[in-house]
Amino acid sequence: MTRGSDGEKRSRPHQPHPPSRSNGPAMRIVVPLQGVVQGRGGLVLGSLLPCALFYFLQLYLKRHRSPKNDPSASASASASIIPRTLSRGQLSPRAQPPLSARAAALARPDDDDSLYYAGLRRCAADPYHPTRNPDGVIQLGLAENQLSLDLVQEWLVKNAKEALLGEDKEEGLNIRGLATYQPFDGSIDLKMAVAGFMGQVMRGSVSFNPSQIVLTSGATPAIEILSFCLADTGNAFLVPSPYYPGWDRDIKWRSRVELVPVPCRSTDNFSFSIAALERAYTQAKKRGLKVRAVLISNPSNPVGNLVNKETLYGLLEFVTEKNIHLISDEIFAGSTHGKTKFVSVAEVLDAEALDKSRVHIIYGLSKDLSLPGFRVGVIYSYNENVLNAASKLARFSSVSAPTQRLLVSMLSDSMFISEYLETNRERLQRMYRLFVDALKQLGIECAGSSGGFYCWVDMSKFIQSYSEKGEQKLWDKLLTIAKVNVTPGSSCHCIEPGWFRLCFTTSTEKDIPVVIQRIRKVTESHRMSH
Amino acid sequence: MNKVVGHRVELSEIATSNTHGEDSPYFAGWKAYDEDPYDPVNNPSGVIQMGLAENQVSFDLLEDYLEQHPEASNWGNGISSFRENALFQDYHGLKTFRKAMASFMEQIRGGKAKFDPDRIVLTAGATAANELLTFILADPGDALLIPTPYYPGFDRDLRWRTGVNIVPIRCDSSNGFQVTLKALEAAYAKAEAAEMKVRGVLLTNPSNPLGTAVARAVLEDILDFAARKDIHLISDEIYSGSVFASPEFVSVAEIVEARGYRNCERVHIVYSLSKDLGLPGFRVGTIYSYNNRVVTTARRMSSFTLVSSQTQKTLASMLSDEEFTKYYIRTNRERLKRRYEYIIQGLERAGIECLQGNAGLFCWMNLGPLLEEQTREGELRLWKLILHEVRLNISPGSSCHCSEPGWFRVCFANMSLHTLEVALTRIYDFTQKSKTIKSLIN
Repeated sequence: MTRGSDGEKRSRPHQPHPPSRSNGPAMRIVVPLQGVVQGRGGLVLGSLLPCALFYFLQLYLKRHRSPKNDPSASASASASIIPRTLSRGQLSPRAQPPLSARAAALARPDDDDSLYYAGLRRCAADPYHPTRNPDGVIQLGLAENQLSLDLVQEWLVKNAKEALLGEDKEEGLNIRGLATYQPFDGSIDLKMAVAGFMGQVMRGSVSFNPSQIVLTSGATPAIEILSFCLADTGNAFLVPSPYYPGWDRDIKWRSRVELVPVPCRSTDNFSFSIAALERAYTQAKKRGLKVRAVLISNPSNPVGNLVNKETLYGLLEFVTEKNIHLISDEIFAGSTHGKTKFVSVAEVLDAEALDKSRVHIIYGLSKDLSLPGFRVGVIYSYNENVLNAASKLARFSSVSAPTQRLLVSMLSDSMFISEYLETNRERLQRMYRLFVDALKQLGIECAGSSGGFYCWVDMSKFIQSYSEKGEQKLWDKLLTIAKVNVTPGSSCHCIEPGWFRLCFTTSTEKDIPVVIQRIRKVTESHRMSH
Repeated sequence: MNKVVGHRVELSEIATSNTHGEDSPYFAGWKAYDEDPYDPVNNPSGVIQMGLAENQVSFDLLEDYLEQHPEASNWGNGISSFRENALFQDYHGLKTFRKAMASFMEQIRGGKAKFDPDRIVLTAGATAANELLTFILADPGDALLIPTPYYPGFDRDLRWRTGVNIVPIRCDSSNGFQVTLKALEAAYAKAEAAEMKVRGVLLTNPSNPLGTAVARAVLEDILDFAARKDIHLISDEIYSGSVFASPEFVSVAEIVEARGYRNCERVHIVYSLSKDLGLPGFRVGTIYSYNNRVVTTARRMSSFTLVSSQTQKTLASMLSDEEFTKYYIRTNRERLKRRYEYIIQGLERAGIECLQGNAGLFCWMNLGPLLEEQTREGELRLWKLILHEVRLNISPGSSCHCSEPGWFRVCFANMSLHTLEVALTRIYDFTQKSKTIKSLIN
């Protein structure tokens, strides 16, 4: 099989890197076939089909192999469910006991299959700074909010000491309450504070019940724990695409749930339709996949659009009819900047006499409160059995006690919170507008968006071949020539090449002209050669 | 909230299985305590919790430190330090904190082993570390060999989501429950017979629930066994800082170094601050591996279980303060020793023998003579009796998979000295009563 692995490696350069866009071997044939039908991607097909068939062969063979290590970097898509290194079989023996199949697929020296992660790494290695490193890579690929950190900082400097001391302020720091074992799914105090915060975020349109909350160390374990609870290995979630690249890792890695993209189109401003969900559901069934849930993000990542009430109703009807779950990742709920009002699925549920036991919300403090480092995520569920199981699974991903205590204090300061949310929205709005207008100067149009930290932009006119390969080339130019890190649509499973996610929350207003000037290098050079 | 019991919309097998183990006596005792907890003033007849291996004897040392060093826990140093901290979610972990952990682990081992901060992967507690390693080293259906008696939580932590099996390495009182080659081979053979692929041995050293440090010779044997079978060795050393008497603690890290780092890519150490530092609520654990691919993979997978950056920052300064950590380690050991001696004496007075221990937050006591019948059922009956009548929650050996009935784990560091005194009095009264009944019957 060593021969085969070399062959696989050599064929790599011809492969326009579809795996991050497809799920499983079947899609690798289906998607490029679609491409061919639509008049593009013909070249792709000739190299893809043999590779796809090869992977089928590997999948068949892997069942008879024991996993052995392969120390050399090998081509294996993190999005693929075929652990290709398994097929490496009998390499020369080293004094190394084998790792699990799961680990073998992950243990490559560089997680370089997803451009999303590759870009983040390149940026981290050479980060831009206006004075210290003006030629560094400008980070537009990380959905982190740095616009309002000063507000949080101010609060902490003023209040942290009291916040940490807790109740017995007179007696000084009392560690006992802080240090001992807490409920793994979070203290009731923090659950109450988070429920209140969520209510404020949704501007009072719905109130949240603390006993329906399981707290976890970030939204990343929240979605994974929920996946473990709602689906068995090999089952699937329907996910409108483009979607957040992290889910490919968070959901597929260990819970082994497949993600079936439901492609959305620019003509609909990338909104999903129930009809598309129906089609995807039927197709998945034909492939023998058991669909357990629909997973949406609202506000959407990477597009930033909001799901309207009507669609939410339709969605609830759909999942009820199919008797599956609905997961709504609302982590950007407080980060809206447009005129459209955000409607949580919780609000719709309140109003309807529906079976709520199938609805679950993911939330967290990383986006709306700009505190990703503190690791606070939320599973909000209407299903008692899910809450039971999730609260036990939370033991593997609990929120640190001093952080809990600090946040109880901060979140209970509702005046600070409402000021913060309002100011933050204003700043997001302002930055968004400046960015969109600046990009317009370059002839770059953004999709309609009312939330999130990013613009979803159409740069298809700047790519040479209207394909994923063309998009990747442009992404690479942007990273190496313009030295800006952006997220390519392919990482998000976008079916139309040329769309990119640009985050505007890690820059200051002063950086915008620099960003434009940098991107202009690439757009100009494209214009001049065409 | 909708109380539909899942017959409408299905949940996964994992969600509906009871591998979480919370129906076992180990946890039933906790429930009894939660419902009726002892309080010296408000509830003097309540249940005394002796089933929780928590270290509460040295909180004051930590409190003093944090009060004298407020810079550890606040962000008065300007926005850039706060900004970095609030945004920091890098799964590499704060370098300063990793360095501090490495240095702390070295100090615990008296400098007899070195730890490279770049091999430290941070997780939210040792529970997460053990599960993560299991995901990495074994596939569903594979087996890990674990010496009995072992920590009841392993049944859940190592098996629930991973689908991996535990095959016990049977130890008994004939040699103080030490692991023997014979037992190792027998366990391996058992796994093979059940068509389970053995991926590793998981050792807790010092042992929970035995409260003993593993002898050097035994460690060497286990490591050799792992090498022969080409499997992994996970050494859970979370009680390494709680060794208070001789023989001295020997870490597998020392053996690896003594062997010149040969064939050590199968060795992985789990550590945490929950026991030695008494900070379980902080959720700080670590995987230390000599295997580069395990380090890389564990690091990536730790995204599901990162340590709060605020916590990393606070503890980094404390753990890098070598003067403080030396003092803490020494003082903590002394206090644990005194507690241990106190409880042993108290138990002796009551006519109860314990396994000779030198580590941990508990002792392993033999109530065999008190059993009506030397069976698991007899043991559970006695456990229930002690829980409901003596009002003490102790952990029955059967929940630790001990093959001999009558052994119980009793914790001594999770309460005040006064509470321990009350507990010992209750035990004394109980044994006296039992003696009286026995002599009446005979």
